Amino acid sequence: MSAVLAVENLSVAFGPARPVERVSFHVNPRETLAIVGESGSGKSLTALSMMGLLPRNARASGQILIRTPQGRVDMLALPERRRRLLRGKQIAMVFQEPMTSLNPVHTIGRQIEETLIAHENLDRAARRARVLELMNLVRIPDAARRIDDYPHQLSGGMRQRVMIAMAVACRPRILIADEATTALDVTIQAQILQLLDNLRRELDVAVVLITHDLGVVSQWADRVVVMYAGLHVEEATPAQLFADPLHPYSHGLLAASPRNSEGLTYRDAPLAEIPGSIASARGEVGCPFRPRCPAAREVCGAVVPPPVPHRGDRLVACHFPGILTEEARLVPAFA
Amino acid sequence: MSLLSLENLATAYDTPHGRFRALEGVSFSVAQGETVGLVGESGCGKSTLGKTLMRLVPSDEGSIRLDGDEITAAQGRDLMPVRRKLQMIFQDPFASLNPRHSIRRILTGPLKIHGVTSRAERNRIAEEIVNRVGLPPDALDRYPHEFSGGQRQRIGIARALILRPQMIVCDEPVSALDLSIQAQIINLLAELKREYGLSYLFISHDLSVVRYFTDRVLVMYLGRIVESGPTREVWDNPRHPYTRALIDALPDAGNPREVAPLSGDLPGVQNLPGGCRFHPRCPHATDLCRKAEPLIPDNGDAHAFACHHPLPFMA
Amino acid sequence: MPADSTLHKALATSAARTAPQPPAAQPEWRHIHAPDARSATTAHLPPRQGYAELKLFLRNPNAIFGIVVLLAMALCALTAPLLFPRDPLAMVGRPFLWPGQDAAFPLGTDSMGRDVLAGLVHGARISLYVGVAATVLGLSVGIVVGALAGYFGGVTDRLLSRLIEIFQTLPSFVLVVVLVAILAPNATTITLSIAIVTWPTVARLTRAEFRSLRQNDFVTAARSLGFGHGHIIFREILPNALPPIIVTSSVMVAGAILMESALSFMGLGDPNVVSWGSMIGGGREMIRTAWYLTALPGLAIVVTVLALNLIGDGLNDALNPRFSEDRL
Repeated sequence: MSAVLAVENLSVAFGPARPVERVSFHVNPRETLAIVGESGSGKSLTALSMMGLLPRNARASGQILIRTPQGRVDMLALPERRRRLLRGKQIAMVFQEPMTSLNPVHTIGRQIEETLIAHENLDRAARRARVLELMNLVRIPDAARRIDDYPHQLSGGMRQRVMIAMAVACRPRILIADEATTALDVTIQAQILQLLDNLRRELDVAVVLITHDLGVVSQWADRVVVMYAGLHVEEATPAQLFADPLHPYSHGLLAASPRNSEGLTYRDAPLAEIPGSIASARGEVGCPFRPRCPAAREVCGAVVPPPVPHRGDRLVACHFPGILTEEARLVPAFA
Repeated sequence: MSLLSLENLATAYDTPHGRFRALEGVSFSVAQGETVGLVGESGCGKSTLGKTLMRLVPSDEGSIRLDGDEITAAQGRDLMPVRRKLQMIFQDPFASLNPRHSIRRILTGPLKIHGVTSRAERNRIAEEIVNRVGLPPDALDRYPHEFSGGQRQRIGIARALILRPQMIVCDEPVSALDLSIQAQIINLLAELKREYGLSYLFISHDLSVVRYFTDRVLVMYLGRIVESGPTREVWDNPRHPYTRALIDALPDAGNPREVAPLSGDLPGVQNLPGGCRFHPRCPHATDLCRKAEPLIPDNGDAHAFACHHPLPFMA
Repeated sequence: MPADSTLHKALATSAARTAPQPPAAQPEWRHIHAPDARSATTAHLPPRQGYAELKLFLRNPNAIFGIVVLLAMALCALTAPLLFPRDPLAMVGRPFLWPGQDAAFPLGTDSMGRDVLAGLVHGARISLYVGVAATVLGLSVGIVVGALAGYFGGVTDRLLSRLIEIFQTLPSFVLVVVLVAILAPNATTITLSIAIVTWPTVARLTRAEFRSLRQNDFVTAARSLGFGHGHIIFREILPNALPPIIVTSSVMVAGAILMESALSFMGLGDPNVVSWGSMIGGGREMIRTAWYLTALPGLAIVVTVLALNLIGDGLNDALNPRFSEDRL
């Protein structure tokens, strides 16, 4: 398997609720895969599953296959102590909230060091040198002085850089960024995304970008997976997705985005809406998007469409893929 | 005559490092039926500006005029007529509604203190508003936790509307909502504007929403307005380097990946730069910029900017 | 699959519809808008569940036990004059009768021939009276002081916080003893003294809650709608600040009962009433021979305090933000 990470039929259940349902995708080395979805799509739980960090009362089934130098391992099948060996070393994660994901009572130097202590055998001096090297890698200015700063002395963007330094300290093969830039200002977001892309190339790491921002997807992702209500509904390259969204949800998302009304303002036309909300389908059978889909047919209420290949290497989970593109005037805002 | 006009407004508050001027020399006006956008990143003072003009936070200098009346120092009872004209919608749908109050109470409460004495009348108005914002009629007897984020935002809008204001300050009203719900709420705001003849001050960090939803836009950086003008013009021809950076920073397939549009970070409260507040991060900064702070000229509604070396105008 | 399966039918119908010509109803995104069009039919406001917190509380067996015991105490206290109309301090029988020795005195008599059971039942009155009254008083003062300090901040907060600190640094029980000794020892002065030492805890708690709740947008919204400070403090913020205060109050009642018992034990209680503490005090010299004289009132105190603590725990679980999703 050439993919560095493969998720096979992942399902996560909490009691009767199934927030993730038979999701499958893979991540190739050195690529950026974006997972797009809104709240309730299951994207964050998928990310946690990839790290083996699901809460105890979650029941996960399926496989999370990670390619390590020792061969393929299934994160879900491993006991906790083996998972710990993988985290940080093979797969790492950067979280959304820089305010709460750093420990406020430890210096940032110490926190970056912790990953090195856990996975590598270096003496104190060597560790400190590595920490400085990492801080320079993530472009924290004045690293020698800031290594002893506490998180509260840093801005949000700086804290995210520290988190990234911690994540890449042991050169993992896979880096998951779970809405890592959502809480940041747009100019800082641009810096951080650019940093992640640089690291991807310099350190030969595959990046999984979990986001709800379609713009981020269009600029930074090589491939994108769209999730809705726990299902994998579409997979394509950004260019393909934005030019020709096959799933009605993708179509609706793009239409609802204010970017797509290039030049038009609220005085000209309303934004295209997706009516209802993700809760509309609670307790119903069939495609979870059916209550909000303008093109729904009877079969949509009876059978959940599985993701199937369409037009080559694209995947879409819809009984009538591309049904909305024929009539909608979608002004392509993305190249 | 403009509905709201601010002149040289300044607000400061105490921090452990001394008095921090969160707003400095802010002047602009909003006309009847206009939507004015206010964009900027964290620390630019846009939220402080919203709260100052709502008279929730005292200002230190300058004047605020609503409908011709000076309201800068109004207090207590004098503020009641102001409250009827000027209302606010908040960002966080989960914190902006009192969890212990039913929706009916949230909506009829303001009516009561503003003189609608008949309970039947208050209920009638509440029912009408709830219907208008797109909620089912049995919503009135429920509590906030029973609603989703988008629905709570509708309740917040209903609450702002219930006194029939002339202007609503929208403080990041869709930032906490999913994209598909954002479109619903923005469309609702647009309809209500037409139907009730409202003006909006639309505060947001999301440039693409501001581009769609506003007639004029003000760009703020560290407490000052650095550029203002009709939205289309500012978008097509940004003159201030910061505005350019904001527009370029919007992630887009056509953007270059190699270099970010703006480097550096916001300075901390204790080391505000002298001269132009933007000069430490500005690629075109000169000695003049480090020494003298550029001021934004009063051009009325036309395109204005505060920069010694503005970007060239591209016809 | 069978030809008449619903799936087959569905597929057949849809196949017919997706025949060469484009789909029949051209989806018009732009005109489907609020009200949440399709969600109105799927009724996605969840069904009402009223009084969730009360139900949670009642599901807790410890809490039920506590409530039952407390109700029993309250019943005793209320019906004491009916059950035992004679003055419990009256000498009615032979001294040092053991429980069960004489049917007329089920729990025996003390060194002066007074009915122990009558004493216990009447003792409940003073305990509950002092416990509840002192707590109510302490809560009233504490909530007001804490609310004002937490809401207004600034100079008001600084002054009131100093006041709270002054009262908190004085050792509470010593202060109570001193106050009761200076003023004449009776139920009223005991209640007042206990309230004086317990209000600072409530004030601190209330202040902390107000400081954090004040930041919320619903408070800003109330101000921007024109509501005055009084309304905001008592009708907007206080209802949200109550849960930890309610939990604390049950423990405060227990504490007040203990303090009153301690005072009576030392002889500083109201001399005209029987209190569990005074009964223990009266029997303490005969612990080796007539230990039931201390054990029985002691047991009454233990059971009451335990019940109140269990109620407090139950309230905490029921009102704790982990369980109720609407608490900010």
